[in-house]
Amino acid sequence: MRLLIGALYTFILAAAIGLGSTWIALTHNTGFGTLQIGAWSARPKNGTAGIDPYSRAAIARTGALPVAIGDGVAFVARTDDKGRTLDGRCETVISGSTPAARFFTLTLYDADGKLVANSLDRQGFTSEELLRNQDGSFEVTVAPRARPGNWLPTGGVERYILVMRFYDTSVGVATRAEREAPMPSVRTGACR
Amino acid sequence: MTRWLLWTLAGIILGGIVHLGTILALPRTASQDAYARLAPITAVNTMTPIPRPTAAKALLPFMDPAFAVAVCRYDLGNGPIKLTAPVSQAYTSVTFYTRRDVAYYGINDRAAGRRTIELYLMTTAQHEAMPEDTEVTAADRLIIDAPDSAGLIVIRALSPEPGLMPMAQASVAAARCATQTQ
Repeated sequence: MRLLIGALYTFILAAAIGLGSTWIALTHNTGFGTLQIGAWSARPKNGTAGIDPYSRAAIARTGALPVAIGDGVAFVARTDDKGRTLDGRCETVISGSTPAARFFTLTLYDADGKLVANSLDRQGFTSEELLRNQDGSFEVTVAPRARPGNWLPTGGVERYILVMRFYDTSVGVATRAEREAPMPSVRTGACR
Repeated sequence: MTRWLLWTLAGIILGGIVHLGTILALPRTASQDAYARLAPITAVNTMTPIPRPTAAKALLPFMDPAFAVAVCRYDLGNGPIKLTAPVSQAYTSVTFYTRRDVAYYGINDRAAGRRTIELYLMTTAQHEAMPEDTEVTAADRLIIDAPDSAGLIVIRALSPEPGLMPMAQASVAAARCATQTQ
């Protein structure tokens, strides 16, 4: 009887630990070989056959198709530079320059990877569309209400994710430092 | 007391095994992965344009809305596949995914180098079975070895500004993938 209770306890504990940790790993963006530059993180290896099991499982769960390394690389920002979660009710400014690439796109998604509805029907910018400063740098304002310049509307959603994808770029598995891949800063300003 | 400590230790170790097992098994059991989502709307070995993602409806999460996309769900059971894709004005890429959505090969228009991207996809066995002389005459043919007989080929064409989207869509719609008959 004691053996049975002990075994039952062990199995319940194992299931709780095992499934719980799997759930946490998949929902908290766990993986190896993350390239972190400011608020932006990328896993160039996700676009290769050498993708790690955690990223594979996370991708299978969401149903997304990763960007292959021969195509480009995707950087994701879930927070601003100070680690504050991106909030669609606040004004957030993305400014600076980007790694060398033939093209890049900046896209705003909700937490599930869906595009966000807004009056302008604008979900992002391509590198060709951005208004730039004379030195080639740019500034995008992500805000619920219209702003002059490059305005990316949030639709007022509570949480959102920014994805910058660089196409035909030298940033890849071998990239290690910010010097090789300068990413724009992400700063949260006033909230509504 | 010691007994319970041992049971707990056993539970933690077993929990670790459960964790690794579920992580490794998940890609095989996921019923809503990209391949499963694309399967109902794509025919085998046929290029199918994918509707542009909108806020209301997107076939896959995290699709880049600046791109026109077409998908070929391939099956190499009846022989190698020839893929042709016209290069769009701005940027075109071709990515090969396994049945489990691993991107094993990606190439863009600059690397492919011509006005039309022309690729041959075959299994390692089919590649080895190719006659020697055709291999020589086809020295400039780009041959890709598929790790598996099933998977996805995704053509993406960039529309640098919204007004150019129809052109990008026409470009991916003109891509072809077909079983090659010698």
